[in-house]
Amino acid sequence: MDDFRDLYQQVILDHNQNPRHFHSMDNATHEADGHNPLCGDQIKVYLFVEDNLIKDISFEGSGCAISKASSSLMTTTLIGKTTDEATKLFEEYQTLITTGKGDTKTLGKLAVMSGVHKFPARVKCAILSWHTLKNALNNKNETAITE
Amino acid sequence: MLKNIRNDFPLLSSTNRAKPLVYLDSAATTQKPRQVIDAVSSFYESNNANVHRGIYQLSEQATKSYENVRKSVADFIGTADPRSIIFTSGTTESINLVAYAWGRKNLKPRDEILITEMEHHSNIVPWQLTTRETGANLRYIPILKNGTLDLSDPEKYFTKKTKLVSIIHQSNVFGTINPVKQIIDYAKSVGAITIVDAAQSVPHANINVEELGCDFLAFSGHKMLAPTGIGVLYGKTKILEEMIPFLGGGEMISSVSMESATWNEIPYKFEAGTPKIAQVIGLGAAIEYLNKIGMDDVQKHGQDLLKYALISLSNIPELTIYGDSTNRGAVISFNVDNVHPHDLAQFLDQDGIAVRAGHHCAQPIMTKLGLSSTTRASFYLYNTKKEIDALCESIVKTKNIFSI
Repeated sequence: MDDFRDLYQQVILDHNQNPRHFHSMDNATHEADGHNPLCGDQIKVYLFVEDNLIKDISFEGSGCAISKASSSLMTTTLIGKTTDEATKLFEEYQTLITTGKGDTKTLGKLAVMSGVHKFPARVKCAILSWHTLKNALNNKNETAITE
Repeated sequence: MLKNIRNDFPLLSSTNRAKPLVYLDSAATTQKPRQVIDAVSSFYESNNANVHRGIYQLSEQATKSYENVRKSVADFIGTADPRSIIFTSGTTESINLVAYAWGRKNLKPRDEILITEMEHHSNIVPWQLTTRETGANLRYIPILKNGTLDLSDPEKYFTKKTKLVSIIHQSNVFGTINPVKQIIDYAKSVGAITIVDAAQSVPHANINVEELGCDFLAFSGHKMLAPTGIGVLYGKTKILEEMIPFLGGGEMISSVSMESATWNEIPYKFEAGTPKIAQVIGLGAAIEYLNKIGMDDVQKHGQDLLKYALISLSNIPELTIYGDSTNRGAVISFNVDNVHPHDLAQFLDQDGIAVRAGHHCAQPIMTKLGLSSTTRASFYLYNTKKEIDALCESIVKTKNIFSI
């Protein structure tokens, strides 16, 4: 039961209910689509980057609570970070949700997602937005796919 | 309701996340009764030998048991000729066998293969592959929003070009039981070969291939109490005899030289390699178990649970049930507002309840309904109304957590 409470923490339910930066962006410098064919989750990530600094980020789409909360938390974490910092955080975050381990100081609010590692079937839900972000930053036009 | 059979299923008295297991995913695979498990282990303990070739008693016994199951399968689906029963690995292989061994030989460019938008991927992809090889075209009978087939304009779909019609008997998403007899008649009127994907129907009701008049019928053992890895393809013997082989190897040949080979008679022509002997024995035990209860009672139990579940689920506000066919099997797909099916399934899992969430290997249906996925509960002979109560209770609880 505790594992389950870790997975669906109040913060996660809250971000699912009221996702932050949940809208499209007209002046985006980078954008990419993400898709999980297995559960049908679909998202789009928008970025406004200037001098390697993420000045704005938003997302749209539909998905489960884990995927929506992870996207929402990603946007709140990355505003004001450099693109290099974002790439580093991606790796740190990936380790967190697959092993449950990570530096809480670096991860900040993202640390609430650590419970995902106990539910292997849900890791793909938690990582979709981040893969999409990576594609957007690399100006890749292909859809990020996790399943 | 069927009584006293739950004890036959060892796994049903186990737990899921430390709660008593409520297994509502039988449309995916059923649990196995002790009688099937014992038949398989007893075969390995005291009967195991390869079939058809051993000149010793053990092999003769194994061959006899194996071939006896072919007879019970034939009997179970209402055909007198065991030669029309081919053992495969499952419905998927059965359909692929026809696609390969009938389709590649007989289909020509611009011929039409007709399926429906309700099909499981296993009755879509083999035909897509066949069209690539043969130049034939794949057409779909559309589905309506209520989860039934749109058969209002049969002449549009059944034409002189239609050479093969393959249809799902009971939808694994909506539970809709399709009017296959009517569809087979349409197909026959244009001279097309017919295949019925009976993976979801054979486990639940009396199916009679002679009455249906289909040329082929495919189903899986594991959805009807038998082990995984065993399925059946029924085919009319005349057509089977004219077909090219599917897999090549031992058993399926009559003689082999360095240059060529001649084929064994049916059904062995389509059973290359050492067959799935233990699984077939398990299938035999499953059929014996079902026959003992009686398929009429199995069907009645499923219908009772279905009616109860439809009423109980409809009483939950903000829950949508997909498909409202009056003729349907014990499968219900639904969604709850503001709760993603994967979250719902995860919360139900926490209460010991096993359901399916996803596209159920039927993405064209999801696209048609504008859905990404649904939650699906399916029932079989061992389920109870109490389990449906538990499902509803857990859904309401989850809904409340997500609406705070």
